[in-house]
Order: sequence, then structure tokens, then C-alpha cells
Amino acid sequence: MEETKQKSRVKMSEQEPLTRAKNFMEVPYGYTPEEAVKEASRCLSCLRPRCRNGCPVSVDIPSFIKLIKEGKFIEAAWKIKEENALPAVCGRVCPQETQCESLCILGKKGEQIAVGNLEKFVADYERGKGEVRVPEKPKPTGRKVAVIGSGPGGLTCAADLIKSGHQVTLFEALHKPGGVLVYGIPEFRLPKVIVEKEVEYIKSLGVEVVLNAVIGNLYSVDELLGEHGYDACFIATGAGLPVFLGIPGENLNGVYSANEFLTRANLMKAYLFPEYDTPIKKGKRVAVFGGGNVAMDSARVALRLGAQKVFLIYRRSEEEMPARRAERSHAHEEGVEFIMLTSPVRLIDDGKGNVCGVECLKMELGEPDQSGRRKPVPIKGSEFQIEIDVAIPAIGTRSNPLLTKTMPDLRLDRRGYIVADHETGMTSKEGIFAGGDIITGSATVILAMGAGRKAAQAINEYLKWKFWDTRKFVT
Amino acid sequence: MFRIVKKQELSDMVTLFEIEAKTIARKAKAGNFFVLRINEQGERIPLTIADFDTLRGTITTVFQKVGKTTHHLGMLNEGDYISDVIGPLGAPSHIENFGKIVCVGGGVGIAPVFPIARALREAGNKVISIIGARSKDLIFWEDNMRSVSDELIVVTDDGSYGKKAVVTVPLDEILREQKDVARVIAIGPAIMMKFVCVTTEKHNVKTIVSLNSIMVDATGMCGACRVEVGGETKFACVDGPEFDGHKVDFALLMSRQRMYPEEEKLSFERFKKIAGVQ
Repeated sequence: MEETKQKSRVKMSEQEPLTRAKNFMEVPYGYTPEEAVKEASRCLSCLRPRCRNGCPVSVDIPSFIKLIKEGKFIEAAWKIKEENALPAVCGRVCPQETQCESLCILGKKGEQIAVGNLEKFVADYERGKGEVRVPEKPKPTGRKVAVIGSGPGGLTCAADLIKSGHQVTLFEALHKPGGVLVYGIPEFRLPKVIVEKEVEYIKSLGVEVVLNAVIGNLYSVDELLGEHGYDACFIATGAGLPVFLGIPGENLNGVYSANEFLTRANLMKAYLFPEYDTPIKKGKRVAVFGGGNVAMDSARVALRLGAQKVFLIYRRSEEEMPARRAERSHAHEEGVEFIMLTSPVRLIDDGKGNVCGVECLKMELGEPDQSGRRKPVPIKGSEFQIEIDVAIPAIGTRSNPLLTKTMPDLRLDRRGYIVADHETGMTSKEGIFAGGDIITGSATVILAMGAGRKAAQAINEYLKWKFWDTRKFVT
Repeated sequence: MFRIVKKQELSDMVTLFEIEAKTIARKAKAGNFFVLRINEQGERIPLTIADFDTLRGTITTVFQKVGKTTHHLGMLNEGDYISDVIGPLGAPSHIENFGKIVCVGGGVGIAPVFPIARALREAGNKVISIIGARSKDLIFWEDNMRSVSDELIVVTDDGSYGKKAVVTVPLDEILREQKDVARVIAIGPAIMMKFVCVTTEKHNVKTIVSLNSIMVDATGMCGACRVEVGGETKFACVDGPEFDGHKVDFALLMSRQRMYPEEEKLSFERFKKIAGVQ
């Protein structure tokens, strides 16, 4: 009996699939304290724990799990916060199964320890208790840093810098702080009140948050470093421009980039239309193209807006999908229809400028491509059509030139991303650091946070010595 | 929060606001636009920057009341606040001494043409301006336009003021008689810009139009504003809003502007009930 209990993790209770597919409330309820202790007790407290190596920000996972075992939940939350300023966010959106959990030794004989669920539990517990600890104010250094973009990378960097005693201003182009955490990730996966709390927390540390500030247009980075007196600047503006499929009919009405669809629904609260002013097409039959988390989010938002049918169309097979396992299974349970090994070839016009269907081609898997995944190859003559009234390409983004085009002296790569050292975020221009999607292209929340953290450390060093090694940028 | 420092009713349907936005005013250039959101429930809509005053720290915009948001906006008064004002956005107009220019402004499009005409004149161009609207009460800023133009022609569809004509009639005359017009700038309803382009194409005169597509973030992130220019998809918010009018797919622009007819109606009807608007 004890043996079997050890093998499988404590399940997190959640809303029933058919109920939750009609509301925007968070899907899992989270662990109770008893459940958390029970799950934490499965941890073997390995002598040489491997989980920590899988974490991009090196959270001390064994220690925080041990604290949970002992019932010290608040202390566990603080332990995580030593390395990760946003545990409530990461517990929900990190791809733990490919990071920390993938290295857990328990996985050899059963299920790995549920690091993500435990992280979510302690962060929520701390918030619920209202015992969010504000660290003592450090001695001011007299240095000023501008952080551009308030997504996970910017928030992390700002939090770390303020703790080092610098004066920090966080600039956000939109009317709400949080970046992708607010416009991209839906309420049912990451309640917005959590992001608000995290932002309040970094404000309580002393970070000044300036909204509606499109840097490049409103102030140039040179102006920030010059007349505004900033000593350094961290660019974390995210990925930006949505990529479309490049097929006929993509500009028909009813075709949304995933960014637009999610922004309308999440940031602008179009699901509450007409109480909120922003409209969104509530499709009856919706097709989402792509296999990542953003595709899953789009499909599940479409369901919640009242779609009768949501098709998730992906050109590879489900095994190759980059989406988190939890998102895939949630989408399945809620009734999203997965159409795998299928690629759209054109979107069909109803004669009035609206999309009314999609023509697709069946694919088969051929030889592995550059990504190591087997390349999908079209099957001749396999065309078929699906009737739809909303289409959502969710196939990634490319670099946003809004800020970078105002900085001709900043080195960019071929695709327009900022060239920066991955360990420090240092760019080709003195005093300017960059990290997250604007240097790597679309990635994850935790990787952006990792970049924010590394940049904060490098900025600290730079502000001590004001030394800029540009040798690595000389070609 | 951004304060409305001046409100002027230019007609029953057209309103001018001067909004306190110091940093935007400092950076605004002819051809830029901005986005506003009235309150927490509000949508983000793009509006043109019709003027800017660095000393007073204000930007001026002119809007026509057409749907829920613009009617709501029109009910705000001097001293009221707007939750969010974001800008300046879009690429500024390309200004240089081209020689002779014709500026065409239709309806509320007269407002954004004004700073462009002014900048072009300051750059040494000879500026001929044509402003037009359906009827007399929709014509505004005649004096402003006259002050930045070497010649000003006013037309109305119904002949209630100026010449009875649409803007393309005097434009065609000018282009026929004056072969040295280097370019035409046209801002107004999509249908007007389309016919301006039909006219100028005949005379082979380069034409710049400013596209007013639906936008959400207006910083390139969402792609709501996509338009086709020369067969390529462009984002009006970051690639524009100004484009070579001869290459613009106006049918697509107009179709995409009409993406939400039922939603717009529903939202407006609800607002009228709540606000008691006739």
C-alpha cells in the first residue's frame, strides 16, 4: 500500500472539464496543506539532488520541499523567493516536466515529485496569509537603472536590481504591467490578480512602474542614459510581431493572430463584452494552427467564448508538440479536437470578406529536420476542407523593430533580434543589456526570468566598475 | 490619467480635444497617431494627432462620433480625465522639399492633414490644399489650412459651402493643368483615399495615404491592423500608417474596417440606453 502511494503523485483537484470549458476561472484548485505535505513527503531528499540543475533560475528545490514536509509553508515560499521572484507564476506556467521534474529520481519507478504543484501551493499560501515579506531596504547605491518591458524578464530584473540598492524604473508600453503574463496567458491558467500582486510586491520594494510608455517613441534609450540620468538599461521587450501562415486568405475577417485573439480576450477582457468595450468574434467553429502553449491557450479561450467546435490543427504529431503536457491534456479533456499531421493551405472567403473554411493537406513524418524532430511531408492529393468561422494562427512571433529601429548603433542578428551575451545580457552598446524573447525569439516565461536575473547580476557588476568589454562583439 | 484641457465642438458630430500629455507632445511629429482608452472597461482606439504644443505640453485630436467609444469620448468635458493615452505611434510623415504638393483632407481627415501640410510648407514646398466634407457643418479648420497653404480649395458634396464637388474634381483639374505636382497626400475616409488614388494614378503622381485600420496594441504585437500594400501584408501601426496609395488594397481595408458590425451596434445601443444619448 505504502509502496503504491509513493509511486504516484498526489493529484491536484480541479474544475470538471465540461464546467470549466464554459468559464474563465482557474482550472486547478491547488493542494490543501495536507495534500502538499503528503506530496512533499514523497521526496527522497537525495544526497545529490538533480532537480535543481533543471531549473533555469536554480531554485533550491530540495530545501523548499523539505520545509513543506515540516509544515513550514511560509518559509518554503521565502526559500523559493531567494532565487525566483515570481513563484505563483512559475508554479503555474513553467514547463516543469522538461526541467526540474524531468530529473527527479522518483521518475525511474513512478511519477516524479510534483515540483510545480508544490511551488504553486506555497506561493498561494503565502499570498493567502497576507504574509508577503518585504525585505529590508538596502543601502542606496545612487545608481539608476531603466528596465524596458514589464514581462517576466523585466519584472525579475527590476526586483533583483532594487534589492541591490539601485533606483529602478520599469517602463511598460501597454496600459497594464505584466507583459505576456497579462496579455497572453489566459485567466484560467494564470489569474490576473496574481500578476497584480507580484507587481504590487515589486512596487513595495521601491520599483517605479511607468505605464503607457512606448520606449523608442516616447523616450529614446540614449535619452534615458543621457538627460534622464540612467546608468544602465535592460531591454526586455519580448518577441513581438506575430507570424502568419503565409497562405491565401489570411487577411479575411475572422482570422486572428493568436496574439490578437488572446490580447482581446485577456488584456481587454473581450469575454466580458459588451460590459467591456473590446469586441471579439465568438466563432462557432474555430480552427487554431500550431502546437505550442499559445495554441492551447487560444483553443481553450475559443471554447470558453462559446465555440461549439474547436479544432487544433498541427502539422506534426502530438508527440512533437512543444506545449506543456498539462495544457495538452486539459485541452483534450475540455473537448478540443486535435487534428494532427495536417497543414492548412488556404483560408476560404464566404464572398463577403469573412473566413468560412480552411483547406488542409494531410502530412506524414519524414526524416528528422534541423530541430531533430521528424519533418512533416505533404501527402499528395490528400486535400480536405473544414468549415470554420474563426481561424487563429499560433505559430510564433518574429522580432519587433519598434525599439531597435531607433537604435542604429545596437547590433542585431539577421532576424532582427538583439545580439547579446546569453550569460550577462551585455549588448554591443555600453550600458545596455537585453534578455528574454527579444534576444532568443519566442521562448518561455522561466527562461525570460532567468535572463532577467543574470542581467541584474551583470548590471550590478557593471555599475561597480563601469567597464564594458565589447571584444566579443567585434567581428 | 490624462486631462482634457480644451474641448471644442467643431460640428454636431465632430469634436476637438486638447489633451495634456507632455512627453508625447515633445516627441510628436506630423503623421504620428496615438491610442487612447477612456477607462477600465474601454477599448483601445487609435486617433490622429492633429497638432501638438511642446510649450503647453498638449496634443490635439479631432474625432467624429460614430460608435460607442467616440460618443462616450464626446460626452467628456474640459477638466475630465482619460485613463490612458499612448503615443506617439506610427512612422512620421516623410518631409522634404519635393517642390509642389497637393494635400487632400476629407471629413475628420482634415485634422491630420494640417500638421503634414504645415511641415511640408516649412520644408519649402508649395502647398495646394483641398478640404472637403459632405456638407458645410462638417468643414472645420479652414483658417488653419489656409495659413499653411499657398492655395486652398474647399468643396462639399451638397454644395452647402465652397464648390459643390467631391475632392477628386478639383484634384483632377490641378493635376491636368499643373504638371509639376511632385506628390499628393490624402487623408480621409477609405473610399475617398481610394478615389484620390484612382485620380492620381491617371496622372502618374505619387500619392501617400494614411490608413485608419482597427488596432489594439498599436505597437506591432497583435496584427489587427494588417493591410495589403503591393501584395504584401503590412501592419498599419508600425509599418505605416502612411503608405504608397497606388499599392494599397482599399477593398480589403474597407472590409476589415467593417469586421464588427453586430458588435458595434450592440455596444452602441447598450451605451445609448445607459447614457441616455439620442
